[in-house]
This record gives sequence, C-alpha cells and structure tokens, in this order.
Amino acid sequence: MLVYLSKRLLLMIPLLLGITLISFVVIHLAPGEPTDLQTEMNPEAGVELKARLRAQYGLDKPIALQYVDWVGRLARLDFGTSFSQDRRPVWDKIVERLPVTILINVLSIGLILLVSIPIGIMAAVRRGSAFDRWTTLFVFIGFATPSFWLALLLMDYLGAYLGLVPISGIKSLGYEYLSSGEQIWDVIHHLLLPVLVSAFGGLAGFSRYMRSNMLEVINQDYILTARAKGLSERLVIMRHALRNALLPVITILGLSVPGLIGGSVIFESIFAIPGMGKLFYDAVMMRDYPLIMGVLVIGAVLTLLGNMLADIGYAVADPRIRNG
Amino acid sequence: MRALVVALMLCCVLTACRDNAVPEQRADNGGAPQPAVGDTIIEGTSADASNLLPMLAMDSASGQICGLVYNGLVRYDKNLHIEGELAESWQISADGREITFHLRHGVKWHDGAPFTSADVLFTYHLIIDPKTPTAYAERYKQVVEASAPDPYTFKVRYARPLASALISWGIAIHPRHLLAGQDITKSPLARAPIGTGPYRFVQWVPGEKIVLERNSDYFEGAPYIKRVVYRIIPDSTTMFLELQSAGLDQMGLTPLQYARQTDTPAFRRRFRRYRYPAFAYTYLGYNLRHKMFQDKRVRQALSYAINKQELVDGVLMGLGQVATGPYKPGTWQYNPDVKRYPYNPQRARKLLRQAGWSDSDGDGIVDKDGQPLAFTIITNQGNDQRIKAAEIIQRRFAQVGVKVKIRVIEWASLLKEFITPRRFDAVVMGWTIPNDPDSYNVWHSSKTAPGKLNFIGYKNSRVDELLEQGRHTLVRRQRKKIYDEFQRILAEEQPYTFLFVPDALPVVARRFYGIKEAPAGIAYNFIRWYVPADQQRYQR
Repeated sequence: MLVYLSKRLLLMIPLLLGITLISFVVIHLAPGEPTDLQTEMNPEAGVELKARLRAQYGLDKPIALQYVDWVGRLARLDFGTSFSQDRRPVWDKIVERLPVTILINVLSIGLILLVSIPIGIMAAVRRGSAFDRWTTLFVFIGFATPSFWLALLLMDYLGAYLGLVPISGIKSLGYEYLSSGEQIWDVIHHLLLPVLVSAFGGLAGFSRYMRSNMLEVINQDYILTARAKGLSERLVIMRHALRNALLPVITILGLSVPGLIGGSVIFESIFAIPGMGKLFYDAVMMRDYPLIMGVLVIGAVLTLLGNMLADIGYAVADPRIRNG
Repeated sequence: MRALVVALMLCCVLTACRDNAVPEQRADNGGAPQPAVGDTIIEGTSADASNLLPMLAMDSASGQICGLVYNGLVRYDKNLHIEGELAESWQISADGREITFHLRHGVKWHDGAPFTSADVLFTYHLIIDPKTPTAYAERYKQVVEASAPDPYTFKVRYARPLASALISWGIAIHPRHLLAGQDITKSPLARAPIGTGPYRFVQWVPGEKIVLERNSDYFEGAPYIKRVVYRIIPDSTTMFLELQSAGLDQMGLTPLQYARQTDTPAFRRRFRRYRYPAFAYTYLGYNLRHKMFQDKRVRQALSYAINKQELVDGVLMGLGQVATGPYKPGTWQYNPDVKRYPYNPQRARKLLRQAGWSDSDGDGIVDKDGQPLAFTIITNQGNDQRIKAAEIIQRRFAQVGVKVKIRVIEWASLLKEFITPRRFDAVVMGWTIPNDPDSYNVWHSSKTAPGKLNFIGYKNSRVDELLEQGRHTLVRRQRKKIYDEFQRILAEEQPYTFLFVPDALPVVARRFYGIKEAPAGIAYNFIRWYVPADQQRYQR
C-alpha cells in the first residue's frame, strides 16, 4: 500500500508540471498584460511607467524564462507577489479567501447529500410512483433555475421584505462585539441563503445519480436472494442495496475535492461573499498572472489528490478492488 | 466671475426643476436639528480598494478612502475653486513660475508625529523617484526646484508657468517619518494608512469592508460622524436590497433604480436622493486614420444622424444631458455656444451626399467608389450604458444608410488588440472630466503615438497651439478664451460625436443632516454631516 501511495504521489509531479506549463502558456496567450490595464487610458500615466512596471514584474523577459523563474519559486513554495496594485503575496490573498469558500462548499455538499440520497433511494424503491415523478420534477426545476435569479428572489422576499435573513455578506457589522455563541449564530444566519441556493442546483444531478445506482443494485441477484431469505424490505434496502449503491458516491466525493476551493463569481458577487470565485475572476480580468497561476496550481493539486483519495477510498470500501 | 456663479446657480435650479422629487432636494435648511457627534455611516462600494497609499492607487475605491485619510496642500472647494487644505496660504510669483506654500501649524499625523514641510518635500521626491511605480509622476517632473526652507514653508519652481501646477499640490501628502528609506511597494501603510485627514484607518477585511474612525484632533474641526464603513458589494441589485433593508446608508443609484424603484413615498421617507451631472462623458470616437472618417462632412452627418436626447432618455432614463464637448456643463471652462447637432436625418443624408456617399446600387447602404459606408463600433464588456448606446446608434445610422456592426470586447483585449494598435473603426467609450480643462493628453497631435491617449489620431494645428497655450496660461479669463475656441473647433470638426453626460445619483439615509448639494457634489463637506442624537442608530 505504501509503495502504491508513494508511486502515485511521485507520478503527480510530472503531471502537475504539465498542467502548470499549459496554464502558463495559455494565460500568456490571452491578449493584454497587467501593465496595459494599469497604464492604458490613464491620462496621467506615462509610457515609461509601463516599461518600469514590466521590468518590475519581469514581463520583459522571454516567456520561457518567466516560466522557469516561476517554477523555481514554486519549488520553494513561493507563489510570488500579486501584480495588482496591492502587491501582496499571492499565498496571503488565497488563504484569506479559502475558509469561507470551503465552508460554504462543504455545507452545500453536505446538504446535497443529506437531501438527495434519501430522495434517490425513495425514488428508486417506488419507481414510477407519484413521489418519484414529483421529486424528479422538483430537482429538475432546481437544476434549471439560474442561481443568481433564485438568490435575488429569495433575498428580496426573505431578506428585504420579511427581514428574516441578512441579505448579503458573511458577518454582521458589529460582529466583533458579539459573544462567541452569538458570533456562530451570526455566521449561520448569514450562510443560510447562500448554502441553500448553492445546494439547490446540485440536487438534481446527485439524486438522479443515486436513483439510477439504486435501481441497478435492486435488480441484482443478491437482492433477490436477500428477499428470498425472507428479510424485511427495510433490511434489504438499507443493508444490502444501499451499501452497494453508495460505492460510486466515493468517486463523486473525490472529484468534488477541487470544487471545494472553487467558487462561482456570479454567486459570490450576488451575496457579496469574498470567496475564491471572485478572486480568480478579478485576477483573470486584471491579467494578474501570479495569482491566476497560484489558484490554478492549488486547484490542480487538489484535483490530483482528490482522484487519489477516491481510488484509496474505493479500495477501502470495496473488497473486490482491494484484493483484485 | 459673478456671471459664472449665477450660471452655476441657474444650472442647479434647472437640475432641481427637471426632477419630479423637488421637495426632498430642498432638504433641511430651516429648522435643522442640533448637530451631534456619533453614529456610523455605511456606504456601499462595488469594488474593494487595492492600495491605500494614494501614490500607488489608481482605482476610485482606494481614492475615495484615501480622500478621508489623507490631505493635500490644496483642494477644490464646493464651487470647484481652489482652497487651502494643509496649506494656509500660498503666493505665486509674478512670472508665474514659483509657488510658495505656507503650511498650517500644529497639524499632526494620526500617530501623533507633527506634520511639516519635510513631509511635502518627501512626497515630491517619492513621486518622481523612478523606483516608485506611480501613474502621477508626469506633472511633478516639470518642477525644476523644490525646497523646504523652514518647517512651515514649501517652495516649488517650474521652468514655465503651468496652469495645473497649483492644483497638482492637491496630491495626498505622505508621512516621511514612516516611509523614508523604505521600499514603498512593500510598506505596511498600503494596508493600514496613516495620514493627516479627518478619519483614521481602523480595519480592512479584504473583500468585505473597510472601517474608518473620526480623527478627533482634525485640524479643520473633528467630524461629527464617528465611523465610516465601506461595505464591498459587487452586485448593484444586492446593494440596493441592502439599502432597502437598512444594511447600507449610502450608495450610488443606477438610472433604472432612480427612475423606477425609488420614487415611492416609502423610500423617500427613509432616504434622500441627490442628482447632479457626473464628471464624465460618453462619446462615439472615429478612427481618423480611416479614409471614410477623414471627411469632416461624414462625421458631421453621423452626428446629425444620432438622436442624442433619445440616448439620454433610453440609456440614462432621462437622468443626464446631451454632451456638446469634452467639458462638464456648468463649469467655467464649458462653452455652451458651440455648433450643436440636433437629430436631423435629412441633414445627415444631405451631408453624406455632398461628401460623395449615395446609395447607387439600391441596397439601402450609401456607397462611394463602390465601397459601402459600413463599419464596426467596438465597446467594452460590462458597461451596459455604452452597449445600449451603441445599439441605439446602430439603428439610427441604418436609417441614413450607414451600416454598423457592434462588437463588445473584454476590457484587456479591447485595449491590447484594438485601441493600442489602432485597429478599430469607431468606439463608444467614456472619459472622466478632470476639474482642470487641460486636455493636452487626449487631443494634442503629439499624443497620437502608440500607447498614447489620442488614439483616434486627431491632428489639428490650431488645437495643438491652443492646448499648449492653455496649459501655460494662469489667468482664468485668458484660459477660458483659449478653451472656448478649442471647444468650438471640436464641435465643428466632430472627431468624436459627444453623446451624453450622465448624472451622479447618490442616495443617503434621511437621518444624516448637513448635506448640501453644490457643483462639487455632496461629499465635499462630509465632515460636517451629522445625525441628531435622537436618531443615531449605531452606538459603538
């Protein structure tokens, strides 16, 4: 197992380098440079400022050299400094946005699992029933609803009209003065809408997935055997069918690991949540190369790790794979 | 001078009359409650600040905050005249080349250190230092000698008189004792500024909020409002919902919000809306390197073909005015007596015919030498007003037989691929209007080189002459004559079709008193805004 693990980890390095090389080239192919945006159309900025900025950012060197420099810094775990006007370390800018992004994503995945697994099971067990049809309709409405539209409607009704939930942001203005219990409630209160809205769209995919898994398992011979043994329907479904139907969920969870740090720019803009999506979007718009690369590298590492975790999880959960 | 003031007042009155909501604009003149210290104002801003060292910041969000934290030697007052801020007085030598500033005594930095002329001299050296990546160095490079003969005197000398020299010292003065000998790009002050201004910096939560607190030692008198919180809310609809649910006290409305969503008694009970022309204009610029645009008659024809009032009504919901030139109506430099181009398609067609463009093949598009008059208007993504304006213009052009395509391009690509290499036919873009009329950078023929701002390639020797004279003339009466002629030439030649000047539409919660609208807007007397003791909402 250890040998397998270290092999997988070592294989990740060339893969990661390949990913970064492609991203680096693609980003530099996009028209426009950070210096253009900071100096063009600014009546005050002189031409020499642009030259000076290019030199400071190292953009005057050939792109191959820039890449080597960048990889060299990355090897020392230095993500560099942002090209935006604040010139802060890329790592700092990413780290301050990670907690809220991860929190919302974890909560929303949790909510999706919590709701869609039962829906999927019930729909499969009572295939073709009214419940099946209504939940199908419901989850597909969720799938088809633009999240920004739903968010605005809920904000207007629940927030502005009824005043039940805060409209945007993640903390109240006087957050610092609250007791720790109140602080936790404050954050939960603020997160209700964003988590609900972001989970709503994800329900369809997952519950449908769960339903088809379950249907496949229910038609297997061993379920027939279990029923023939005279086990109660409840036991048949919960013990024999569910466990097997849940196996592919591990893959999905593994694949959603990189999604934990990704955010949606529309969603974050609407709720005024300072998350990764907005950070990345602004970085791309500003052609802030170090920050773009920083986010991409972390995303790539998490994708590779997620895949590996999924494989390991599979092996742990499924004896056929472990021994085969 | 008096005529000017009258003109300004007239302009304000007109603005008020055009507005349906007149009562709310006659705010709290008589019987205003007693001023009191305290409360918090929460302002919505769509973008986070980037850098709170004013020299390094080029975005408006940073500029707004720096404006409360730092001071300059001089500033514009409510009527856009120059007045002293950190400078108590100043003298300009008879030849117009030397300015001597006499600084205020007893001013302290927020950390308690005294402010002296050494700070001013340091700021000057910092800004011209080639290692400082600032966009503002150009004007200060014209200084031939700067000195601080004593702690409260600062002198600068120029090789030639420079009209914008005095106001250029409105730049925020940076603290020498905290920045000297350091790499300014790595200074912690970029995240936690220390200035001399009416508000001290308290806290910055990136992407979320920036908090300032009143400076009770402020040299012009301590502000009334205790805290200023800027909340970063990127989406304007969310911002508006926050305003309605009292999560914000102040924001800038979009024309649609102003016209359709706030004109209710319930809204007016809680908020005061303001409206005055913004310091910006939107234009349709022609690439004068193209043959079809080189004939003045074609450009004039296009200007006649556009119904500008329709743009104001359709794009700005009537909340703006038709632009006639590069200056803001109502300011001293604005010349109203220039050639105007009211909507007149017959006239446009006639001018096109005179220029040799007629529909000879009957396809509905005018042509000349077998070439149809067809071109592409480009504009940047994310600015709805410009896109809508381009669409309305497209339809009007079609009516006079001019075929136009529209391309909307992301900002960085627009600059790099189209504007900088001059690969475009026409653009819909906007300029902000600076207080000083010096427009050398945008209109002088020396600024047509790659990367410069005269990207449409406008060259007119008389305009060049006027712009050179204008920036070296100090007497306003003479400058006005120069810029009046400059505006007449632009209006005649139509290198741009000047489209519209939008209105700024700020809204402030009603519990804030002391707000007085002036040509400079509403923010100029922010430190005198207050909330009466019985209406204060935030105790901390």
